[in-house]
Amino acid sequence: MQAWYAFLTGPALWVTFTIFLGGLGIRLAFLYGLSRERDRVFYNHMDWKWGLKSIFHWLIPWGSASMRLQPVFSFVFIVFHVGVLAVPLFLSAHNILWDRAFGVSLWSMSDAWADGLTMAVLACGVFLFVRRLVRPEVRILTTAWDYTLLGLTLAPFVTGFLAYHQWGPYEWLMVLHVLSAEILLILIPFTKLGHMVLFFFTRAFIGFEMGGRRGARAW
Amino acid sequence: MHGKESDTRPVDVKKIRELLDANNGARIRTWLSLCSRCGLCAESCFFYLAHDRNPKLSPAYKFKATLGELYRRKGRVDREFLYRCADIVWGECTTCKRCSMYCPFGIDVATLIATTRTILYSQGITPEGLARAVVNYRETGNQMGMSSEDFVDTCEWMAEESQDEIKGVTIPIDKAGAKYMYTVNPREPMFYPQDLAMAAKILTVAEEDWTMPSTGWDCTNLPMFAGDRALAGQVVRNMYEKAVALGVQAILITECGHAYRSALFEGPYLAGYPDGKPPVPIVHSVQLFYEYLRDGRIRIDPAKKLKEPVTYQDPCNVSRNGGLWEEGRKLVQFLAEDFRDMNPNREHNHCCGGGGGYIPMGPEYKARRMASGRVKAEQIRATGAKIVIAPCHNCFDQLSDLNKEYQLGVKVMSLKEILCEIMIVPEKFQPQEAEREESD
Repeated sequence: MQAWYAFLTGPALWVTFTIFLGGLGIRLAFLYGLSRERDRVFYNHMDWKWGLKSIFHWLIPWGSASMRLQPVFSFVFIVFHVGVLAVPLFLSAHNILWDRAFGVSLWSMSDAWADGLTMAVLACGVFLFVRRLVRPEVRILTTAWDYTLLGLTLAPFVTGFLAYHQWGPYEWLMVLHVLSAEILLILIPFTKLGHMVLFFFTRAFIGFEMGGRRGARAW
Repeated sequence: MHGKESDTRPVDVKKIRELLDANNGARIRTWLSLCSRCGLCAESCFFYLAHDRNPKLSPAYKFKATLGELYRRKGRVDREFLYRCADIVWGECTTCKRCSMYCPFGIDVATLIATTRTILYSQGITPEGLARAVVNYRETGNQMGMSSEDFVDTCEWMAEESQDEIKGVTIPIDKAGAKYMYTVNPREPMFYPQDLAMAAKILTVAEEDWTMPSTGWDCTNLPMFAGDRALAGQVVRNMYEKAVALGVQAILITECGHAYRSALFEGPYLAGYPDGKPPVPIVHSVQLFYEYLRDGRIRIDPAKKLKEPVTYQDPCNVSRNGGLWEEGRKLVQFLAEDFRDMNPNREHNHCCGGGGGYIPMGPEYKARRMASGRVKAEQIRATGAKIVIAPCHNCFDQLSDLNKEYQLGVKVMSLKEILCEIMIVPEKFQPQEAEREESD
């Protein structure tokens, strides 16, 4: 078990970060090259003010008409995203690892906050899962892959949460925790989860297109 | 769709793949791969709302089941699948672009639907009404197959008729160097020539320097909705080139929505202008009429100002996709005493259900058009308005049909009609008889 853990947090982690960052970089570079040739419309009407406004209104809670139309879902959707990003980045245990390895780390939140946010992420995950099942307009679009990705996104949180509270076989949970997080990071560049960076580009485009060209707020 | 049963032509998979490849740019790739199937777009679509939230009418389902599926199967599809797509992209979407404002990623569903239409067109599939118009454009340069002579005759006839009411009305044809080249929807010269007369009266009273071109006068672009991109480019090029040849300062668009979208936004790309800009500025009637009233070039007789409650239909391609919703509202303030806005409005308005080629698609689609127009009918009824101003021909027709279907008891009017009824005609434009009557 120790050997597995050492492998996952050693060579496998390097491979994961390389694929994650490299994959995103390559996807962006590929799309950039393609857009230069085929999406003149993106560059012809660039307008930073409208692009940024279009992004901003979808980042702040209920900043868009669409979010206000479905306030409960939007609340869950916001908490989920905040938790999914904040817990792994600002968990003190993660920052200690960064500090040991490289002597640098980010600001850390208290464990109580991290614990609370983790539970919130899990609760939101269950909500999103159930929503996919019960709302006809979501169910009709949902594929098995959507459930898989949602499950994979929640897996590091479930395992991390159980390991932190020492519920269950700790060593096993830690191996599963690192493994599921690595699988998730590797998948990000190649799936819809790529929206963690591509969101900014598609939103900027609709900002140029609706706002820059027409003065219409795309939010 | 008409002709579906008898259509046994083989599917040209090679051609479909060519089109899929040609369109597979960064935007379409990203949109198709990024859609997270969250379903937020559904609530924005009037087809979805009008049909008791049928999940198959959500925008995401519509592009997923059509273009998404075509890419997934790499074009290897049968004719039955193509007809199913046709039913969705023409029967269940008016490319109004409302959903792209409600999608977290801003996916431009209208572009995905338009691309699917192009692919279907390449396989000989397009609604009959649009197919007929396409033939007319190809043969005569306008959607109704009107000859240049007939058009010019109609203009002259209308100018003559109008002189009884407004002295000195002319419709100058091909006048080089005019400020505006006025372009129209062919239904005006063909079926409602008084529309030409009304425009001529308003432009005369405003002492405008304008002209009508003898060719390139049709600003509509149904090939754009039929999926014939090459012809859509040619149609808009005819108009641009005529404007450049005449040396006019701008092209003036009649009260038509999609003509404005074509001329100003999509036309330059269809016609292959790399910078995406038309060669001359494009001005819509809503903008020009607003400027006339704002600047006092046209004045309204206060006694004739509309007393009944009035609402304003934001045509998708004038408001959301044209940016002129405030101009429209300020304009109505000059015309009406009791203005009541619909809800939602401005760039968030709902399509009337007649856009994106739906009206010219003809009787085959009328029942569906009436069913999906329920959202608009309810919007209008809720305002309590007695007059609906519709500065778009397709909206005008759809609202007139909805008025009957849902017994709304409203009068649908164009801006031109209202302006001609209530504007002050300065003395110098009043005909001799009127002058005599006054002096008596």
